[in-house]
Amino acid sequence: MTHTQRAIAPMLRLPATPDEKPYLVGYRCPACNATYIGGNRVGCSKCTYVGDLPEVRLSDHGTLYVYSIVHQSAPGIPVPYVSAIVDLPEGVSVRCNLVDIEPDPQKIEFGMPVDMVTRKVRERKEKNAHGDEETIDIIAFFFRPGKD
Amino acid sequence: MRDVYVVGVGMIKFGRYPDKDVSQMGAEAGVLALKDAGASIKDVEMLVCGNLFQANAMNAQKILQQIGQTGIPALNVSNACATGSTAVREAYIGVASGMYDVTMAVGVEQMGKMGLLGGGARSGGESVEGVLGSGLMPAVFGQAGVEHMRKHGTTAEHFAKISVKNHKHSVHNPLSQYQVEVSLDDVMNARMVAYPNTLYMCCPTGDGAAAAILMSEDKIKQFTSKPIKVATSVLTSDPYTDRDLTMPDVNTLTQNAAKEAYEKAGIGPQDLSLVELHDCFATAELLHYENLGLCAEGEAGRMIDEGRTELGGDIPVNVSGGLLSKGHPLGATGVANIYEIVTQLRGQGGARQVEGAKAGLAHVIGLGSACTIHILTA
Repeated sequence: MTHTQRAIAPMLRLPATPDEKPYLVGYRCPACNATYIGGNRVGCSKCTYVGDLPEVRLSDHGTLYVYSIVHQSAPGIPVPYVSAIVDLPEGVSVRCNLVDIEPDPQKIEFGMPVDMVTRKVRERKEKNAHGDEETIDIIAFFFRPGKD
Repeated sequence: MRDVYVVGVGMIKFGRYPDKDVSQMGAEAGVLALKDAGASIKDVEMLVCGNLFQANAMNAQKILQQIGQTGIPALNVSNACATGSTAVREAYIGVASGMYDVTMAVGVEQMGKMGLLGGGARSGGESVEGVLGSGLMPAVFGQAGVEHMRKHGTTAEHFAKISVKNHKHSVHNPLSQYQVEVSLDDVMNARMVAYPNTLYMCCPTGDGAAAAILMSEDKIKQFTSKPIKVATSVLTSDPYTDRDLTMPDVNTLTQNAAKEAYEKAGIGPQDLSLVELHDCFATAELLHYENLGLCAEGEAGRMIDEGRTELGGDIPVNVSGGLLSKGHPLGATGVANIYEIVTQLRGQGGARQVEGAKAGLAHVIGLGSACTIHILTA
């Protein structure tokens, strides 16, 4: 049975060739350079430019802005985990889980460098165009403590 | 624009009413407000109903179907947690514009034991909640609090003290969903929901309704000798700020609303006798001390330490018990704030009365985002 990888959200790109690393994309206003995560934009809410916002590849490293440690969540979601806001060098922020760190305020430092990693979070079975069942691996991105 | 006055307010105790429906609760609050005003539904020229979770159910019309189908314009508004206060603002505009002399705003919500609220849980069919961080309200307001810790060295204990204060106030409010005093240890040691907010630092879900009758200056003389003036009604949305679309910025739109409200009312924060603000989480209240100009930036932690926002302090905040105790049936909340300010300005606050209250500010924020501020004067 074949395994196909699928990104959990459109902002994450999974290149077809295995030697190329997954990356996040943003959309940058050609008029004022404001950068957005998430597409389907009609214009720029910062400067009111209307028109296409070209895609921009985002860095796979950033710094931790703030976080919360979630101890109570919806059913089926493992807790505790660290929900974090990471600032990327392109001037845009991304919400993510901060992993490979103890969920303890004493261990988490504001401004710490963080690196992006991708991991399979779940899989689902789907029938492909030929009617064959295939397994879809859902891939998500995370950030973990990184190097300066 | 004409001056607008609140002539009647009504509110049912916030709690859980599984056997009632939304229009019934709204109608009950409406009847209480009409009675308080000494008015009849026949006097009302427009009804605005604020309700979020049954926003497509025509509840304004259903309320009239319970208490008087007079055929007046009736409309339904939703604006996240600012739904009720947006209904008040629409009713206000109706009178201020000169189009109507008497309008009614009803805020009502039935949430039952609905759990954690919030959005962003799915992206293109895949659930991302708990994988790409959290879009649920406890984490959103946890992060907003942590941002204040980062900028100003605020501690988890500062936030916990907000909960202690509001629960202490609540024991004097018979309409509060919970009327239980808690100690700082109780709050700090309670189950953590989303750092730094523990269970007692998160508002409950529940059911409730509140209503207000607004009138023009020409009309009030027939009904009351002690009208409460709406000095200003302000609504803002979230302006562009750098992280807003990733991490909702609850601060800037409140700062903008406060600035506009103080200018329009000709009343500054130093002139306020009391404030009812949107303490959906303990972290939120502390941020809003600064956003509303009750203290300088970075001084909110000291403000709660010094007890300035307690009943008896120089600017009591959430003497009703706040959302943390009184409850937060979303559509009802913004109207209930008006209820509390009017009650206080009339000197009818009983054991929670702010001595000599002359001016009060009601603030609500709905994530997404919408912020309302109403300043009322005796």
